[in-house]
Amino acid sequence: MPGHTVSFHPDDRYSAFLRTVAEAPCGEGKLGGIRVAVKDNISTAGIETTCASRILQGYIPPFDATVVKRLKREGAAIVGKTNMDEFGMGTTTENSAFGPTQNPVDPSRVPGGSSGGSAAAVAAGIVPLALGTDTGGSIRCPAAFCGIVGLKPTYGRVSRYGLIAYANSLEQIGPMAANVTDASLLFEVIAGHDPRDSTSLDCPYRHIPDPEIRGVKIGVPEEFFGEGVDPRVASVVWDAISLLERKGAEVITCRMPSMAYALAAYYVTCTSEASSNLARFDGVRYGPPADTKRPWHEAFQERRREGFGEEVRRRIMLGTFALSSGYYGKYYAKAQAARNNVRADFERLFREVDVLAGPTMPTVAFRFGEKSDPLSMYLSDILTVPANLAGVPAISVPCGKVERLPVGLQVMGRWMEDERVVDVAYAFEQGGSA
Amino acid sequence: MTVIVGLEIHCQLDTATKLFCGCSTDYRDDLPNSHVCPVCLGLPGSLPKVNRKAVEYALMVAKALNCEVPEESEFARKNYFYPDLDKGFQITQYDKPLAVWGYLDIEGDEGEKRVRITRVHMEEDPGRLVHKGGADRPKYTLVDYNRAGIPLIEIVTEPDLRSPKEARRFLNKLRATLEYLGVFDSEKEGSLRVDANISIKGSERVEVKNITSYKGVEKALTFEVTRQKNLIRRGQKIERETRHYLEARGVTQAGRSKEQEHDYRYFPEPDLRPLRVKSWLDNIVLPELPDARRERFMADYGCSLNHARTLTGELKLANCFEKVVASDKRGLSPLAATWIADTLIGELNYRDMNLDRIEPAAVTGLVLLLKAGTITDKSGVEVLRIMLDQQLKGEAAETPDAIVKRQNLAKTAGDTGAITAAIEEAINENPKALDDYRAGKGGALNFLVGQVMKKTRGKADPGELNRMLTEALKRREA
Repeated sequence: MPGHTVSFHPDDRYSAFLRTVAEAPCGEGKLGGIRVAVKDNISTAGIETTCASRILQGYIPPFDATVVKRLKREGAAIVGKTNMDEFGMGTTTENSAFGPTQNPVDPSRVPGGSSGGSAAAVAAGIVPLALGTDTGGSIRCPAAFCGIVGLKPTYGRVSRYGLIAYANSLEQIGPMAANVTDASLLFEVIAGHDPRDSTSLDCPYRHIPDPEIRGVKIGVPEEFFGEGVDPRVASVVWDAISLLERKGAEVITCRMPSMAYALAAYYVTCTSEASSNLARFDGVRYGPPADTKRPWHEAFQERRREGFGEEVRRRIMLGTFALSSGYYGKYYAKAQAARNNVRADFERLFREVDVLAGPTMPTVAFRFGEKSDPLSMYLSDILTVPANLAGVPAISVPCGKVERLPVGLQVMGRWMEDERVVDVAYAFEQGGSA
Repeated sequence: MTVIVGLEIHCQLDTATKLFCGCSTDYRDDLPNSHVCPVCLGLPGSLPKVNRKAVEYALMVAKALNCEVPEESEFARKNYFYPDLDKGFQITQYDKPLAVWGYLDIEGDEGEKRVRITRVHMEEDPGRLVHKGGADRPKYTLVDYNRAGIPLIEIVTEPDLRSPKEARRFLNKLRATLEYLGVFDSEKEGSLRVDANISIKGSERVEVKNITSYKGVEKALTFEVTRQKNLIRRGQKIERETRHYLEARGVTQAGRSKEQEHDYRYFPEPDLRPLRVKSWLDNIVLPELPDARRERFMADYGCSLNHARTLTGELKLANCFEKVVASDKRGLSPLAATWIADTLIGELNYRDMNLDRIEPAAVTGLVLLLKAGTITDKSGVEVLRIMLDQQLKGEAAETPDAIVKRQNLAKTAGDTGAITAAIEEAINENPKALDDYRAGKGGALNFLVGQVMKKTRGKADPGELNRMLTEALKRREA
């Protein structure tokens, strides 16, 4: 219905949104008239897009990201931009320059991150669908913490055009929804080849989730239940895996030795890419302008010092260091070698099993301020980063609770077999009656 | 003291659209920031997309320079802050360039010389800064991103050049080669930029940046050679440094020391896939290149080596020559080669004029008049000058025939009366010359020829005049 709008006046009591559209245009199609929330690092023409950073405050993109175009083509109403960790750098959404988002399940806890606003908006029932982005777990972590479904697609299956880059080689836009069927539908709309993105693959997604998993081989890497994983979380996840086994899947324990280096490889790679990606924010073209009366290098340095939050500045410095001459070989090059090992591990395991399963996060949602030192925060990404390093699909589906807080089951699949991880998640979601 | 020079040449590829987006490259006469889009402005979320044509052009260059093209090459980010750099990094190629290890043969200081090419790689041009309120201490600076994203190739030579002149010759040959390929327009302002590494054997090398013209290369290097030699003679050390060439003053100047500490933090561009284009080479058919055309000019037109080299040294000149002689290859070539290579180029340079300003047909007309003996060489030059001046002043162009008629420049053949009168006058006005002639001084005859030429405004046929003057002098002796 061209020319139509849907009204959107949510009770945003968990601060999921950075801004909303009171009368959102919509049309006809697979998502005709459906309210969809979009993470604030995805460009929306005419709607301010800040990545929850002061340095982009006031930036209104002149173009839509490809995924936003596809949403609109299917009639969706883009009703708002959701809160996030600044530029996607965080695991709690506490790093937003505009204040944190609360977890709708327990407002004293974080919603996870970095797509915390999108997860909270869905979990609170404000919207049925939301887009998140996942660089090292940023869709799956908040999905797990808020008790919803989140899919990180195979790298290249969704266009990144219009996604404000944090770590280009790792990140994907993906669907977040209350259930697998809705997530699958949203994925169908946004997936597919985009000539504007050279890393985009020509492989559309047209799939109706199928709960039949008899004969599917599920590998369970021991490392996913290693040190740092809350035994209560481990127990809930094992129960979920057992349910899948009862439904006819074959469960095989296995090992993934490259996990030992995965986190380091991830942080070196993403900070390196970020240090370069964020160089363009110099106050010349967008965001609050630099003081043009002063020498340029002083003006832009001040702009960056004030415009970026602490975590962003930390990662820019780490990445700058890792790429510096004399250190490149020790850090960036090493990280790429470790990344290849992770990829090789996945390939080896996927010759024997169809999917890998384990917890999405080692714990349930943190209390605000609980992870006060950066390193313990980084460590909580250990189970999600391998999929990003290898570019393989991974989904998080709610699988139970620990003290009323949701736990996510993570299912990772072969490269380009997003359909299968969706099916396994769907099989679990359908319950144990088979 | 042996001079060692290596060059890094940046050329804009003459594609219709930019390297990573669809914006037009035809920006030079347009408003600032009118040829931009999210990609070449580096707006957040935009992604580069490689222009296939630019890769083809770069491969043509690689092939023409006899380079090897590896199976896989890769774009990389060169990170540095500068206001003309929209993304805070430049997309270029680093450790996996498009092409490596080629060569280009040039006319060196000591004959034919092979200059080795280290690498050829592709990169994007940054934007342009426009300083307002005086070049030395600008009040403020504006940024124009029209140029941002124009495809460049960087060609790096081995340190094989031994003099500023050789460097100039190399550049001329390279320019000709690129023009023959049809991938480069040397006349576009800023389409070429050269950095030169220069050292005196045994000393540190100095990088000279910011040379933007062909003549500038020889000038900048000549200045730098002199500077370095003087330092060595005075027993001083040459510092390894980066210097800037100041075109207006013809000197090089030390850069700020900060610039030498750049760490560009190169890493592979994650938004682009590696290029696997070696197989494209099979489909690239190179056009005739300068060396082949030079050989053909000698074989087909009977040009001398020097004329052939000059005429084929620039694409337009070679094309002009072939058009001029098209109607009668063998008949017109010898005269046309001389007149174009020697006379026309000189007259054009003198007027700082472009070859486009003169019609080949007009040159043919002139050559025909000369060949038929209708005008003398001296008159030929005059006709040419008139034609060029008319162009320069934007006046209606006359044909050579019309000019000859209007200016009454046709040889005074048959009109011996006028010549005889001029001869008598000249002898009478210069009794000393007559005496000298009688004393057997050969120079006297030439002097008198010159005097008569002046009186007849060059219309007298030199051979005829010589004969008649000798006879007149003999008569005086008798």
